[in-house]
Amino acid sequence: MSDTPPPLFNVQIDGVWHQFPKGTRVIEACSETGKFIPRYCYHKKLSSPGNCRMCLIEMGMPKMGPDRKPELGTDGKPVINWIPRPQISCAQDVADGMGIRTDSPMVRECRNGVMEFLLINHPLDCPICDQAGECQLQEFSVQYGTGGSRFLEEKVKKPKRVELGPRVTLDDERCILCSRCIRFMKEVANDDVLGFASRGSHTYLTAHPGRHLDSNYSLNTVDICPVGALTSTDFRFKMRVWFLKETKSICTSCATGCNTLIGTREGIVYRQTPRENDAVNSCWMCDYGRLNFHYVNSEDRLKAPQTRQNGALSDTGWTAALTRTADALRKFPGSEVAVIASARMTNEELWLTRRLIDALGTTHHDVVPRHGEADKILLNADRNPNTLGAQLLGVTDENPGGRLRGIVDAVRAGEIKAVVALGEDLAEAGFTVQDLHGLSFLAAMGILPSETTSAATVILPGASFAEKRGSMINAKGRLQRLNRAVPVLSQARDDWEILRDLVQHLTGANGVYLIEDVFRQMAESVAELRGLTLSKISDMGIELEDAPEASPTPEPAKV
Amino acid sequence: MVSIARTPHPREKRLIFKNVDRPGYTPDIDCYLADGGYEELKKAVSMPPPDIVAEVKASGLRGRGGAGFPCGAKWGFIKPEETKPVYLICNADESEPGTFKDRYIIHQDPHQLVEGMIIACYAVKARLAYIYIRGEFPLGAKILEQALAEARAHNFLGKDILGSGFDLEIYVHRGAGAYICGEETGLIESLEGKRAYPRIKPPYFPAVLGLYMSPTIVNNVETLCNVKHILRMGGAEYAKMGRPNNTGTRVLCVSGDVQRPGYFELEVGGITMGELIYDVCGGLKPGRKLKAVIPGGSSAKVLRAGERYKMKSKQPDGSMAEREIGLEEIPMDFDSLAAVGSMAGSGGVIVMDDTRDMVWTLNNINEFYAHESCGQCTPCREGSLWMMKMTTRMLQGGGVSSDPDTLKSVADNIAGRTICAFGEACAWPTQSFIAKFRDEFSGLAERNGRMTNNGAPHTESHP
Repeated sequence: MSDTPPPLFNVQIDGVWHQFPKGTRVIEACSETGKFIPRYCYHKKLSSPGNCRMCLIEMGMPKMGPDRKPELGTDGKPVINWIPRPQISCAQDVADGMGIRTDSPMVRECRNGVMEFLLINHPLDCPICDQAGECQLQEFSVQYGTGGSRFLEEKVKKPKRVELGPRVTLDDERCILCSRCIRFMKEVANDDVLGFASRGSHTYLTAHPGRHLDSNYSLNTVDICPVGALTSTDFRFKMRVWFLKETKSICTSCATGCNTLIGTREGIVYRQTPRENDAVNSCWMCDYGRLNFHYVNSEDRLKAPQTRQNGALSDTGWTAALTRTADALRKFPGSEVAVIASARMTNEELWLTRRLIDALGTTHHDVVPRHGEADKILLNADRNPNTLGAQLLGVTDENPGGRLRGIVDAVRAGEIKAVVALGEDLAEAGFTVQDLHGLSFLAAMGILPSETTSAATVILPGASFAEKRGSMINAKGRLQRLNRAVPVLSQARDDWEILRDLVQHLTGANGVYLIEDVFRQMAESVAELRGLTLSKISDMGIELEDAPEASPTPEPAKV
Repeated sequence: MVSIARTPHPREKRLIFKNVDRPGYTPDIDCYLADGGYEELKKAVSMPPPDIVAEVKASGLRGRGGAGFPCGAKWGFIKPEETKPVYLICNADESEPGTFKDRYIIHQDPHQLVEGMIIACYAVKARLAYIYIRGEFPLGAKILEQALAEARAHNFLGKDILGSGFDLEIYVHRGAGAYICGEETGLIESLEGKRAYPRIKPPYFPAVLGLYMSPTIVNNVETLCNVKHILRMGGAEYAKMGRPNNTGTRVLCVSGDVQRPGYFELEVGGITMGELIYDVCGGLKPGRKLKAVIPGGSSAKVLRAGERYKMKSKQPDGSMAEREIGLEEIPMDFDSLAAVGSMAGSGGVIVMDDTRDMVWTLNNINEFYAHESCGQCTPCREGSLWMMKMTTRMLQGGGVSSDPDTLKSVADNIAGRTICAFGEACAWPTQSFIAKFRDEFSGLAERNGRMTNNGAPHTESHP
């Protein structure tokens, strides 16, 4: 491969000449100059079937003189020979001297015609359609359609409420047959499961006989469906989308760290959708990660700090809980204390965890590894989103979870008497209920009840991924940001604040008041992060130059 | 298939149909060989392939499937130095209503087609060819299989054909039972085992990215049959038949309200519409008057009796002269039928007399196209059914005065905006019927006393 950039082509768009690199799609070239071309079937990450005909434009090539050279006009630019028929802009690349008209009477007439065709057999059930508010049929109707209808006939009847798969519901009457979902499943999800049946206006979308749309990527078809044909069975009828506040964040269900939008209203998370980032997840995310948020809204969430008095837990308020924790931990020499943290924590939290470990003077610390099967699409075998952060910040080493067995053994041998569990249920780290109840002191920071909180001396309710800001490093060494989509629940607190206060109680060091300051302190002491700030990470994340190597598939904790 | 053998009309020039209805002629290879069959193949394999392409170019042969594209030019798209495999496909999906010529060739003279194909394959260096035969022609498929087996046995197919070093295999593929399978890129998709969704052009021109994304020639049955005759006569001699740019013979299939419907092989442009109807086909039924003719298969624009057309023609001195002619005077060739606003298409001439209701007739055509639209692209998918629903409603007494305008604008919104030519095929009937028989369409609404569809102009734009 040579590094020479592709040649630039002169292209006239609506009378103005522009330059585009060879290989630019006409539809994209037009968008770049602010001449958006409406489209339904075209999706830049999929092949172009050219079937919706919404992107028709006028196109022309330079008029050739007798010498086989372009004839030049008075402006010294080629004279365009316009093709009499409209052309689709989604399947052609720009050519040198090409002329394009995106807003001529012919183009307007074409769009108007296609809009009318798409609407005549559409149920127009927008009031109860989940897509309303983010529906391209609605959007382009306003922009390119007409107010009235000339259609006096009966609409075509098709299957409705079809369970296309466990997570996707289909309304074939709403479908405009753009085939985006079919192409996505075939070209991206590598599961050629969808197709069209029947013919003409009676064509309907369906799964191939004996198949279901059960891929772990099925919900992306809902995202790219330009209309309300494919809806998320989880989200449908839950909330009008125009009420949703969208917060840019990242998925924390595996080490890929897909970029997301968290859709919330009044403190409740309603859905997650992928946010485009070509360095991470393109336009997609897996269903597992996408739907892994309902616990945020769980009734069972830990809402207030609690301490155990005479065997029973009671709400105590933060000061009492933190003082009790610090006082208790201070009584144990470092060798008798273990800190079990989580590779789901943010870098800021992990950096403060490391301060806590140092303050306690213990060498018994690790994270709980979490792994599954990788799928060669997006899902990483490491189901922890920030293993690299935990390694970089010294909470674990190149073998995450490798010390857990030793810690459990030491607990059983009575050598470790106090454990601080941060964001993990120790039952998943190899501890038995007896192990937990045998401890002299157990502090549990987390968001949901577990074996660990049942046995805890102190419960410190923290924040879920949707409630916090902070950064993580994905498996490719990309530093990315979480953003707060909903407020921290009730009396629960941001994890970094809990950790800061604990460290403060133990060391008497001055506190930090902003998470930006935590990041700044971290960046000053960690070479890989030097010069960075939380805001410099930006919405798209940043590739760390000296990123630590992603460890191979983490070993299961051998306990 | 029941075939009523009958003698050719004296005005016919039987070249392709020479053996159709010929007494004593059978489709087996012995009969074909006894009649001088495969002699042109023997000649062809001794020629350099580009010379054959040159002969076909010189012959001026235009495709007989519908579009009338010059055959030699099509073959010329295949580069002699092509490194990808080249495929040749015989389009035997004959589905255009009003057209029934290819099936007779297949049934009665299959070896003519096979020989034409082998020569064509040799010319474009295709080593694999397919006959994509309409699914509804099971007997034709069987006959072709038999013919191919016989050709193989005689080493006209297979390895090292007649010692020339040229290898070729031809397979019969039965179609999937849809009109759209006859559209060449839809056909290719179907042959690849997929739904016959036509491909977008560009980039998928068959000669560049055809079957299995390789250069592919798709020719109609009748077109391929012509190849052996061009080789026998020589391109220049062949070009003397017919008229300039409209060479050779054509099989016209006449149906409808004539005394003697059927197939007639005539020199292209060697006969006028009037001569075809009144002389060759025995005229209309007693007491009837000519009302309209669809000259090139159901998708061709209808021509109305009594219409006057301005025809430009080149004079012997090179100057252009214009003269006005009536329907009966139109020469039955590609350029003349295009000049009067219709097309020669697939050669299916549908004649209608004054008993025909044009709304009923258009509805009949609309029913076909609404049923056959593949549904891939929006205008054709939605428009073809809408047009059918409108004409059906009109026939049922529900016509409104805006119907003719709505029908026309729906058709206008289809033609020229679709992936394949089906858009035109389904829009042209409506466009031409409304343009030429508007009174019959608006008359229906007036009889109902319904004047508008909703009392409001529908073109009002959204504020």
